[in-house]
Amino acid sequence: MSLPITALVLCLTLPLLGAIATVAAPRHATPLVTSVAGLMVAVTTGLTSHVAVHGPVVVALGEWAPPLGIQIMADGPAVLFLLVNALVMAAVVLFSLAPIGQPGPRSRLAQTFWPLLLLLWGALNAIFVSRDLFNLYVGLELASLAAVALVAIERKRDTLNAALRYLLFALTGSLLYLLGVVLIYAGHGTLDITLLAGELGMHPTDALAIGAMTAGLAAKTALFPFHVWLPPAHAGAPAPASAVLSALVPKASLYIALRLWLEAAPGAGDAIAVNVLGWLGALAVVHGSIMALRQERLKLVIAYSTVAQIGYLFLVFPLALGAAGAVGSGVADSAWNGTLFQALSHALAKAALFLCAGLILEAAGHDRIARLAGVAQALPVTLFAFGLAAITLMGLPPSGGFMAKYLLVTASLEGGVPGWGLIVLAGGLLAAAYLYRPMASAFRHPDQESAAPFTTVAAWRQAIPLGLAIASLALGILPAVPHELMGGMP
Amino acid sequence: MTATEWLPFTVCAAALIGLGLYGLVTQPLLLRRVIAFNVIGSGIFLLFGALSGSESAGTDPVPQAMIITGIVVALSATALALALVVAHAREGGRDP
Amino acid sequence: MSLAFNTLLSLIIVAVAAAAILGRQAFMAVVFFIAYGLLIALAWLRLEATNVALAEAAIGAGLTGILLLVAWTRLRALEAPAPSPPHRLLQVLAGAGAGAVTLGLLAAISQLPAVPGLQRDVAEHLPVTGTDNPVTAVLLNFRTWDTLLETLVLLAALVGAWTLTRDEDWPGRAGRRHRVLPDGVLAQFGRVLPPVALVVGAYLVWVGGYQPGGAFQGGTVLAAAWIVAVMTGHLPAPRVDDRWMRMAVLIGPTFFLLVGLAGLVVGAFLYIPPGFAKPVLMAIEATLAVAIAATLAMLVFGAPEQGESS
Repeated sequence: MSLPITALVLCLTLPLLGAIATVAAPRHATPLVTSVAGLMVAVTTGLTSHVAVHGPVVVALGEWAPPLGIQIMADGPAVLFLLVNALVMAAVVLFSLAPIGQPGPRSRLAQTFWPLLLLLWGALNAIFVSRDLFNLYVGLELASLAAVALVAIERKRDTLNAALRYLLFALTGSLLYLLGVVLIYAGHGTLDITLLAGELGMHPTDALAIGAMTAGLAAKTALFPFHVWLPPAHAGAPAPASAVLSALVPKASLYIALRLWLEAAPGAGDAIAVNVLGWLGALAVVHGSIMALRQERLKLVIAYSTVAQIGYLFLVFPLALGAAGAVGSGVADSAWNGTLFQALSHALAKAALFLCAGLILEAAGHDRIARLAGVAQALPVTLFAFGLAAITLMGLPPSGGFMAKYLLVTASLEGGVPGWGLIVLAGGLLAAAYLYRPMASAFRHPDQESAAPFTTVAAWRQAIPLGLAIASLALGILPAVPHELMGGMP
Repeated sequence: MTATEWLPFTVCAAALIGLGLYGLVTQPLLLRRVIAFNVIGSGIFLLFGALSGSESAGTDPVPQAMIITGIVVALSATALALALVVAHAREGGRDP
Repeated sequence: MSLAFNTLLSLIIVAVAAAAILGRQAFMAVVFFIAYGLLIALAWLRLEATNVALAEAAIGAGLTGILLLVAWTRLRALEAPAPSPPHRLLQVLAGAGAGAVTLGLLAAISQLPAVPGLQRDVAEHLPVTGTDNPVTAVLLNFRTWDTLLETLVLLAALVGAWTLTRDEDWPGRAGRRHRVLPDGVLAQFGRVLPPVALVVGAYLVWVGGYQPGGAFQGGTVLAAAWIVAVMTGHLPAPRVDDRWMRMAVLIGPTFFLLVGLAGLVVGAFLYIPPGFAKPVLMAIEATLAVAIAATLAMLVFGAPEQGESS
């Protein structure tokens, strides 16, 4: 019995078993989900430390090696995503115990929220470790359906509208991705990323396949201009669901795109394609930030912030695969590591922000920025967590966000393309602006007449986003181990 | 079977994908967009099947298995999509 | 001769698909889509993919068609206002784009070399997989993880549909209440069809071990048996918190996962030892068929509603 293999398999199967259990025995949901969350954090941490010391864990499922079978692999980047996934999901589980448990275990909300959340957890983990392109498709579909259902869970007309739009984009993206899978199998007879390494790019169908897959994955990652579905969906979902949706779900489709470009088809990216992706990322940063500045509701500010922050993640294409990357491997490595730091720290910080927004919503009954006066006095821990998370998103030291920006700017300067670095810095300033507004409003003292009483929120629940925010800072304070795990460009 | 005998299906599949895309973009009724999705999906599956297999070795069961998986996944997505469309209409929502 | 038939079939398929997409009435679009699904199944037979043909006919045409019809009926009853037709410019642009996609695809494909697939690898390892049907071998032995995730996709769709229930209707009997005359045509139908469907479905599951068939195709026919029995009034619609229904829905993925995890003692996941392959695969097929039947039927019944009877 191999412990690392068991840990990897448990990472995949525990959430799925948990989902099945919550459908079978909804009355025992609370102990079930808390045990799953606790076990998952333990197992994932164990797997991460093993991979840090001994290198990747590889399993051929059913003992059939590719191309006939499917292979899963937990390497450095994969375990980092598994770990951040576990931390965010565990935080969301703890956070949701009160609001979901409140209507009772027999309610529609309790009986559907937990299975969907756990299915999403399992799907994301399946995506992070899979090496087979069709298997990734099935994982993406599971994640999309669960995510769309979580958006629709409050059943109001606007949220149903947002969920429908999300589903439309998600399904279109999946179909584009599937078309690419078909063309790749037709051209190469295998769908394993390792076997395809360096092979893609030989046929005209390959360019079409990669183009279709990237377009589909970009739609799922809400890259500008395919981002229109994200703000209403993330703002309309309940806060704990929004945390998962913003922090993790777009990262999964981006993760696939990175594996595809950097491992399977490094030579296929021509100058035009990678720069187009970079430019769309830059537009996302600018457009998302400006829209965030104009929003009146806190959850919409945070949702548009996601659109902006996702833009940074696409700068890796011109920096690592374009002319800049050709300057030297150091540039490409910096760009790759910076992107990973960005993805991971954004996940932790964004989840913290949405959970804070959820607490503010519970306390004040609304999330209108103009009327948040007095919230800071009512929820001091929450606002402290909000501030810490904002530090990461702005890219101030010491934080994971700062590491990300530092590495990306360094890569752009060394690669001779300072324009991208400028976008990164500009984004940081804009983030400071749109995050300052709600904080300033919350710290204002309320006028006596309009002082509405705030519902009290348990202190331990306020500590949850604080923990996530501190984790995002920890990525910057102790970057050595994550940096080691990330490794150079694959 | 020979490759040329299956060629009409390749062309048919490409046409279906284009047709479905047209329907997806232009159809205002959500129900009919779901139909368009299904046409694109079955077109992609048909393309997969028509491109696989060779004269010497016979048909390839791996794409066939993936297609069956894809059909079930497409059905699940359709079921959720239709449930959302009906729930949306029940709450007074209008098709975009 | 073969080429001529295939060409004719392809033309008819495109024509029916065009009718479904470009036609005026929504109801006719649904009807044409069902016909289209059956024609696609015919195409799969021509492509020597009988397993896929069965799946497409049952799931792609049959079950999807039922879901579309039910949705269309509900939408018409809700008297949703008709949206405005698309702008001329959008139609022209979309048409040009669609044409470009089709032609681009064909141009790229024409330059594909003939790449051998995995037929030989499958045939080589088929004897130890526990089945003689190569597609079943891929689904349940070589690429089990895909199939396992697929059953969970079905579960996600079901739970997602349930989450759209109004809070006051939860938990109740699935679907809307409707009355059926005990001696009417529908009721007679409902006495004859379900037993036949049960036998056919069970046979399809069993025979999938060595001929085209299998859990998905057979499970869909079994679902049809239950659906007809409920819709013709012979069985009451199940409650969404019904223990037995939930057990049936969950038994597929649960058994699958447990079998998969059993291999951990030897450091493997989803490993099916050749010695036990045949009985293990039969057991997986049987539990999968039950789960698929239950899940598909529940998807067709829909979320609980107390609405006016139709």
